[in-house]
Amino acid sequence: MTVTWQNLADGLALGSIYALMAVGIGLVFGVLRLVNFAYGQLVMAGAFALALASQWGWPVWAGILLCFAVVLVLSLLMDVLVFRPLRGHSPAVMLVATFAVAFLLQSIALLWFGSLGKIAASLSYLQRPVDISGVQVRKFAIVAVVVAVICLVLLYLLLERTEIGLHMRAASMDFSTSRMLGVRANRVIGVAVLISGLLAAVVAVMLTVQTPLVTPDFALTDTIVVLAGVVVGGLNRPIPATLGGFSIGFATGVLGGALPTNQSQYLPTFIFAAVIIVLLIRPQGIFDWSKTVERV
Amino acid sequence: MKLSVQSLDVRYGGVHAVRGLSLEVGPGEIVGLIGANGAGKSSTLHAIMGLTGASGSVRLDGAEQLGRRPEDVARSGIALVPEGRRIFAELTVEENLRLGLAGRRGDRRAAFGGVHELFPVVHEFRHRQAGALSGGQQQQLAIARALVAEPAVLLLDEPSLGLAPSVVDVVFESLAAIRDRGIAVLLVEQRAQRTVAAADRCHVLAAGELRLTLGPQDAADTEKLVEAYFA
Repeated sequence: MTVTWQNLADGLALGSIYALMAVGIGLVFGVLRLVNFAYGQLVMAGAFALALASQWGWPVWAGILLCFAVVLVLSLLMDVLVFRPLRGHSPAVMLVATFAVAFLLQSIALLWFGSLGKIAASLSYLQRPVDISGVQVRKFAIVAVVVAVICLVLLYLLLERTEIGLHMRAASMDFSTSRMLGVRANRVIGVAVLISGLLAAVVAVMLTVQTPLVTPDFALTDTIVVLAGVVVGGLNRPIPATLGGFSIGFATGVLGGALPTNQSQYLPTFIFAAVIIVLLIRPQGIFDWSKTVERV
Repeated sequence: MKLSVQSLDVRYGGVHAVRGLSLEVGPGEIVGLIGANGAGKSSTLHAIMGLTGASGSVRLDGAEQLGRRPEDVARSGIALVPEGRRIFAELTVEENLRLGLAGRRGDRRAAFGGVHELFPVVHEFRHRQAGALSGGQQQQLAIARALVAEPAVLLLDEPSLGLAPSVVDVVFESLAAIRDRGIAVLLVEQRAQRTVAAADRCHVLAAGELRLTLGPQDAADTEKLVEAYFA
């Protein structure tokens, strides 16, 4: 196995995309204590929107707008029709509900578009390489890292510098006390779901560059891998969760490129074996180094 | 603004925690609620705040609050300082205070001045992580956070629990200052004698029912207090 600069760049790109997915999943988990298993299907819906726009000959910007619109509408519908009515129920009920939503969206995609899927090729020019000091790096790798950094910085500013950000952080620590102070539950959850949807739309755009063939199970494997990464990083806190998503994406990207073709089918085995080992050693998450500072 | 509770009933499954409780707290008054553990004191505060289901009536200047969401009750002018303080340990002291603004109805610019004056420690440690404060400082922060909302009614659930005697003095002194600002205070406490002395009137609860109402003059009457508690 030989790791090249190209492999590292691909790893950074996939790590960046997975970091955004991890934040999207972590934001909703923070305020609802709910792992949204339908997150991958939101990405899939956005990818199909891009594929349709590409098929209809729409310009790239219009396709991206359609992708964002579809994912945001689906996110808000998910909140209003599923999360909100079930909010008072047990976490298990809500978890099963997100499975149901995931299968529903996947089945709808299968009925509408068939199992062969569609091609979203409007951003395929980003696959072309650029030369950086003699190293051939795909433009996509640079774009993915830059977009992810911009999204994460904007999110950080929102959480740290705005009133709604403070309310979201407080709600993720103690929702009941936050509401008692006047923090509006519907607003906080709605904003978390909306931002999570925005990130899903960004991920949809970037994953279609990586994999232009959009099928009903698009992003399903990525979501499972990211969920593992989020758990390995530390589900309860946004930064460890993001680092967990990035790490597993980076490892997948680097190993995916470096392993010989006849061994690449063992990649998920390597990744999930590493996940199990990490969880056995540090069940609270590899990046969660927080200490209890509370005094009595 | 006056808080008026009429025929309040709280049930947890088969347990009848509060039975037909009626009381009133006017502006600039401290009303105490005392009683043994399980008497229904905290359940009463939770019901007023919308944190638990209840029947009866809870009115703030005539406006019904029962059945509303906790955030709406807070925004209408009722603030609760919960038992155990429930401050956000990972946020700074200032961020905890800013959270109190969520329930504030009026101008936000002047919000912190009054509480800094009342609790200087909150101003002094404003950039410190709230979890690093001592228990007494956290209690002052919890009260300050509630006051930032400029509530008409302040509900306090055992504010002296687990505090050193000198800190308890600070808390009770602050209650008098809060009353002087025209805020209606409903105080749940285990320290019966101290509460009876500080309050304008004090209701004794037992098994969810109001059994007796005491005035400040009864604070020195230990026999009466013991009888009221254990009757």
